[in-house]
Amino acid sequence: MTEVTGTTWNVYDANTLTQAEIYGRVLCDLAEADARIVALTADLARSTKIGVFQDKFPQRVFNVGIAEQNLFGIAAGMAKSGLLPFVSTMSAFASMRALEQVRTDICYQNLDVKIIATHGGVSFGQAGTTHHCTEDIAIQRSLANMCVIVPADGWETANAVRAAVLRPGPVYIRLGRGFEPTHFENDDYGFEIGKAVTINEGTDITVIACGVAVYHAAEAAKLLRDQDGISVRVLDVHTIKPIDEEAIMAAVIDTRRILVVEEHNVIGGLGSAVADVIAASGKGCAFAKSGLPDCYSEVGYPEDLYSHYCIDGDGIVGQVRELLHREFEADEDWQDEH
Amino acid sequence: MPLSPEEIRSLQAKARQLRCDMVDVTVWAGGAHIGGALSMTDVLTALYYHYLNVKPAEPGWPERDRFVLSKGHGGVGLAAVLADKGYYSKDLLKEFNHFKSPFGMHLDGNKVPGVDASTGSLGHGLSMSVGMALGARFQKQSWRTYCLLGDGECNEGSVWEAAMAAHHYKIDTLTAFTDRNHMMIDGRTEDIMSLEPLAEKWRAFGWEVREIDGHDYAQIGAAIEGAQATKGAPTMIICNTVKGKGVGFMEDQVKWHYGSIDSELAAKAKASITGGAS
Ligand SMILES: Cc1ncc(C[n+]2csc(CCOP(=O)(O)OP(=O)(O)O)c2C)c(N)n1
Repeated sequence: MTEVTGTTWNVYDANTLTQAEIYGRVLCDLAEADARIVALTADLARSTKIGVFQDKFPQRVFNVGIAEQNLFGIAAGMAKSGLLPFVSTMSAFASMRALEQVRTDICYQNLDVKIIATHGGVSFGQAGTTHHCTEDIAIQRSLANMCVIVPADGWETANAVRAAVLRPGPVYIRLGRGFEPTHFENDDYGFEIGKAVTINEGTDITVIACGVAVYHAAEAAKLLRDQDGISVRVLDVHTIKPIDEEAIMAAVIDTRRILVVEEHNVIGGLGSAVADVIAASGKGCAFAKSGLPDCYSEVGYPEDLYSHYCIDGDGIVGQVRELLHREFEADEDWQDEH
Repeated sequence: MPLSPEEIRSLQAKARQLRCDMVDVTVWAGGAHIGGALSMTDVLTALYYHYLNVKPAEPGWPERDRFVLSKGHGGVGLAAVLADKGYYSKDLLKEFNHFKSPFGMHLDGNKVPGVDASTGSLGHGLSMSVGMALGARFQKQSWRTYCLLGDGECNEGSVWEAAMAAHHYKIDTLTAFTDRNHMMIDGRTEDIMSLEPLAEKWRAFGWEVREIDGHDYAQIGAAIEGAQATKGAPTMIICNTVKGKGVGFMEDQVKWHYGSIDSELAAKAKASITGGAS
């Protein structure tokens, strides 16, 4: 597999650019080298930050108006005719309004369409539930052929977009709105689709996270180390599908306590994907999922909502402390399995 | 009965006050879809202060006329109107967009009294309005249903599915408005996805169509009264409007689709709205 990280690429500073702005720039780089690449949107060129692409390649942008079903149908047709469409709209519209077009036109036909879903989770806090999307991971991961990536920050977004071009078939990349803190310091840490990144080594418990929760999990791990002397492993499981079973099972065997944190309904998202892996393995462990407790989100600034739904550092700390005392049926033979 | 000159003057004064309220809410909210709220204000004012049969003290009154703001991002405008009508205190709007407030950019019908449908995702409102109007007919109720759409919103295929159904069921108790401000987020409607000939499209779908100046109360009133008198077909009133209407520096500017304003800019905006009058 071609390297997606490292010095061969332009570097875009995730501390000064939003995830979507980085997407726009990386797409420009990719499009220089690949004439098949086109960008599509539905009256959200400004919101999804493909302006730089539009300036550079005005002929390669198709803004179809406010018509998301048509948007994804057109993208499918373009892919069938040999183009490589990148489609950007808000995650609520990409994963719900146009779901059947995404499923039947794109995934069923296994077409090379890359979906950049912005404003994921509750990142557009003040807009309210119609513009939040806490269902998309569940929806997208249930579509056969779809690869689902939730990058932790702007650096990881650059990597994910580059990797998506190299991967045949549909890819769904979920971004935030753009004001989220960054975790990584650059994009050169060996990103690979389907391979979790170990953010922090640890032996007492593992926090598995994706998206903005990765940053908060890393913060929580520091705090727990300093205040409680607890050794927390933090895994950035940026690829929800195909999921890194090996990293998850290693965490179960090494730490036996797993907390999954995501900006999503606790039903069907990363937490459920991790639970599937653990249940199939037959291993017991203490397990908890953190996210929206099967409710429609409140209105508010994202920071307040992250705190309310325990996706922020304090929330994660509280849940880790609780999970450390949860009883479960331990199986003593595990040590042999390493 | 056509609006009298006196009624028109009082509606105009009310609209000036409401536009100022919307500016206030935009400040409190830290940003809002102010452009599209200002363009639809005169239609909202005519409806809520003359034509809609509603009881603010009893928001769930079963026989009320229904109003669906299909362009749900105009919530900041509707919220100001409903407060002024007495559905709730205007003070509540100071919390607009704040944590756990009932008010976000797109109004939640389960939280905000007087909101007949939770909208925000474009292209849903007309279908819900068709359903409400069919519900009234089925239950032999005589209340009417009004629905306000954005022009950009009419890109959505679902709008036309609803259009077809309203004609098919001959729903003459349904009156829809298109806030034809010629703008959407990324630019002018005709540049992004052309809608014209818009009136002919609605006519071809079997609707009675009226094209008016959406800031002229005599025309708004005549169109609504014409719709009420129309039998056997739904009516679409295409309201030619100006995005940002009333605030000189916002008028017809793409960038004011969504914006935030500080108190200084708010004072300028209000001065522009009242032009010295109030
Ligand atoms: C289904 C859907 N797609 C996209 C959006 C994002 N969006 C919010 S407002 C808007 C433009 C609306 O334009 P128009 O209907 O003309 O409203 P107005 O110009 O009167 O504000 C868009 C694309 C949305 N709310 N819903």
